[in-house]
Amino acid sequence: MHRRHHDMGGLPAGPVEQVEHDYAPWEKKVDAIMRLLTDKQRKIMTVDELRRGIEEMGPGIYDELTYYERWIGSVTNNLIEKGVITVDELGRAMEEAQARHAEAAKAVCP
Amino acid sequence: MSGHDHDHPHGHDHGHHHGHDHHDHHHPHPHQPDIEDRPLTHYQAMTEAVADLLVAKGIVTPAELRKMLEAIDSKSPAAGSRMVARAWTDPAFKQRMLADVIAAAAELDIDAGGIPIKAIENTEGVHNVVVCTLCSCYPRLLIGLPPDWYKARAYRSRVIHEPRAVLKEFGTEIPDDVEVRVHDSTADLRYLIIPARPKGTEGWSTEKLEALVTRDTMIGVAVPAV
Repeated sequence: MHRRHHDMGGLPAGPVEQVEHDYAPWEKKVDAIMRLLTDKQRKIMTVDELRRGIEEMGPGIYDELTYYERWIGSVTNNLIEKGVITVDELGRAMEEAQARHAEAAKAVCP
Repeated sequence: MSGHDHDHPHGHDHGHHHGHDHHDHHHPHPHQPDIEDRPLTHYQAMTEAVADLLVAKGIVTPAELRKMLEAIDSKSPAAGSRMVARAWTDPAFKQRMLADVIAAAAELDIDAGGIPIKAIENTEGVHNVVVCTLCSCYPRLLIGLPPDWYKARAYRSRVIHEPRAVLKEFGTEIPDDVEVRVHDSTADLRYLIIPARPKGTEGWSTEKLEALVTRDTMIGVAVPAV
C-alpha cells in the first residue's frame, strides 16, 4: 500500500529530541482561529479539512514548516477554496499586517 | 524540528510600556533583538491577515478571538492531574472515568470537550503510552497543548515499533515482564493514561498526589516518581 508522507508510524527515525517551547502569541492565534471556524455557531471548517490541507502540502513543505505554519497554511487555503476570503484580500491584509507591525516596532524602540 | 526558531522566551514583558522619552540608555540591551523588532514571518503575517479578514467580514468578533485565546491559555495538565488523583483515591470514580471520561470530568466541573477520550489504566502487568502517528491528536482540554516532541517525526515514527527504546530516552525503563501497549490517537478518539499509583503514597493529600501526576505520566512516557 502506498504510504503518504504524514503517515510515519513505524518508520525509522532519530532520537526523540525532547524540546518544548512556550507557544508564541501568533501560534495561539492560529489555534484560536481554527477553533472559532470549527465551532457549532460557525461550522465554516472541519478538523478533517484542516488535516486534508496539511496532508496535501507534500513532503517537502510538510517537513519544512513548523506545526502552526502548516495549520495557518491549511486554514488559509480552505478559506480561499470556500470563497470566504480571496487571494487579493489576503495579499493586501498581509501587507497591512506587516506595515502595522513595523509601525509598532518603531513606536516602542527608537 | 519545530521550535528551533523559538529559543527566545515568549510571553514575557518586553518592558516597552514606557514611551521613548523615558528610554533608559544605561539599561542593558538584550543580545537578541526583541521579537517585535523583526519583520513578521510570512506565516505570522498570514495569521494576522486571516484574523483581520475574519473580523472585517463579521465572521468572528475581536472579543470572541480574545476569549478563545484566554481559554487556550487556561488549559493545563492540572485538569487531568485532578482526575487521576481522584481516580487513585476513589475506585468508583475510576470506574466511571474508565467508562466515560467526559462525564467523569463533568463531575469535577472540568470541560473535556466533545471528542471522545478513552482513559486507559496502567497496571502491574501493562504500561500504556499514547501517540498520534498521523498528526497530533491529544486530549488538550485535559492536559493542555501538546509538547513539540509529541508532534515531531521521531516520536511519531518510532514509539510504534520500539516503544521501550523511546521510553528509555525519556528516562523511563519498563521491566521486561511488563507489557507495553501503544495507543494511536485519531481525530475522533483521544487517550488519557491513568498512571499506576506509586507505592508509599498511602494517606497522601490530594495536592501531593496531584503533583505526582505530570503531563508526561498521562501521555505514558513517564511514571509518577515518589
